[in-house]
Amino acid sequence: MSNDPIIRIKDLHKSFGPVEVLKGIDMDVAPGQIVALIGPSGSGKSTLLRTINQLEDVTSGEIFFDGALVNRDLPHRQREKHLNRLRQDIGMVFQHFNLFPHLTAIENVTMAPVLLGRQTKTQALAEARALLEKVGLSDRADYYPSRLSGGQKQRVAIARALAMNPKAMLFDEVTSALDPELVGEVNKVMKQLAQEHMTMIIVTHELRFASDVADHVVFMADGVVVEEGPPDALFRAPQHERTKAFLQQVFEG
Amino acid sequence: MDFALIAKVWTFFAAAAWVTLQISALAICLGLCLGFAAALASISRNVLLRFPARVYVSIFRGTPALIQLFLLYYGGPQIGLQLGPFEAGVIGLGINIGAYMTESIRGAILAVEKGQMEAARCLGLGHVQSMRNVILPQALRLMVRPLGVNAVALIKGSAIVSTISVVELTYTAHRYISSTYKPFEMFILASLFYLVIVSVVSFAVNRIDERVALES
Ligand SMILES: Nc1ncnc2c1ncn2[C@@H]1O[C@H](COP(=O)(O)OP(=O)(O)OP(=O)(O)O)[C@@H](O)[C@H]1O
Ligand SMILES: [Mg+2]
Repeated sequence: MSNDPIIRIKDLHKSFGPVEVLKGIDMDVAPGQIVALIGPSGSGKSTLLRTINQLEDVTSGEIFFDGALVNRDLPHRQREKHLNRLRQDIGMVFQHFNLFPHLTAIENVTMAPVLLGRQTKTQALAEARALLEKVGLSDRADYYPSRLSGGQKQRVAIARALAMNPKAMLFDEVTSALDPELVGEVNKVMKQLAQEHMTMIIVTHELRFASDVADHVVFMADGVVVEEGPPDALFRAPQHERTKAFLQQVFEG
Repeated sequence: MDFALIAKVWTFFAAAAWVTLQISALAICLGLCLGFAAALASISRNVLLRFPARVYVSIFRGTPALIQLFLLYYGGPQIGLQLGPFEAGVIGLGINIGAYMTESIRGAILAVEKGQMEAARCLGLGHVQSMRNVILPQALRLMVRPLGVNAVALIKGSAIVSTISVVELTYTAHRYISSTYKPFEMFILASLFYLVIVSVVSFAVNRIDERVALES
């Protein structure tokens, strides 16, 4: 097994207009590693995550995924092709689910693999059933998203991302929009993925969950990585004042 | 109110209503085609598509439909475009309503939540695939009502083709007024036929809208 990082971010800068929100980020994620990305609101966590699959383009710096330079400078058409190819390997789950409301749960899961010619309709359906079962939703396959609870929607969204058989998964505060009693069922699915050694970057405000599931925690503030390390070290013995202040605030609040 | 007169002429008005219906239906079809094409062009990244679409919408929404119709019917022959009244009516009304429909369709497409496109692209779908399979199916549902409003406006607005002697409802009303001198009855009769057509169309639009509405 190679130890080359599957995601490598080098000196990444990103500005929105005149405002620089990522100010030189470096980050490596090894295959199978589970990284929790924490930090105060507005620190650039979502933006960083979204640059990895180029939902946001970058101002400067490099992002490698599985050895390939993600933000290659290409003419529009080729860039689109290149990204379509790459994105199939990078699953993403959003805070607000973004399920396709005109499709049933199972259709949400089968759509991409079928359209992209990964699987036949029959294969995709079988695969989707297995995935829905995995996230505990076999009995909701034919429900439209509007009839699912937030926790169920989010689990369908995870199944939808998994259907592309991605090499890594990006989670952006996927439980923040949920009622507290529904958080557990989604976290459980993510823990299960962790046990299966899925490579994951998890942006979260739930520090307990982060320390449970992650093997590496990155603390960001104001567009820079302030401190990182194994959860035990970072949560028990933070080195930087900003980290201490943040942890104190979160644990008290 | 001269009911005897109404009883005598109403079948002619019914025939004229059929013409109004035909010309409106054809113009709406033309408008929908132009509307879809121009709406897709107007949201394209390509300025060579976007710009003409914007110009089309601005011009045809920004000038009187009546002048557009006259320009086509009376001005057309000057540049070698010879059209009969009915054809000119369909084309003139269609191009005009197409500009309004462009805005309805464009609005519906833009009203689909931004996260939908992102979710589709994240899965590796291309822009066109995402449009076709994710955005448009949702936008179609959102555009039924605004397009219905456009269609109703077109039906009522089709009265202007009476000025280029298409024998439709308004023209027919005028014709019978000049022979009977009963404008009150004739305009009431014409209005009733418009009302019937518009009511049926509105009803149909509502039904379609209920049908396609997303469950919630
Ligand atoms: N599309 C955008 N245009 C302009 N500014 C943006 C855009 N997206 C994010 N920002 C700004 O970039 C900064 C970082 O935002 P980001 O969403 O990455 O933070 P975050 O760490 O995810 O915060 P939160 O915990 O609230 O989700 C913020 O100041 C935000 O206002
Ligand atoms: Mg965020």
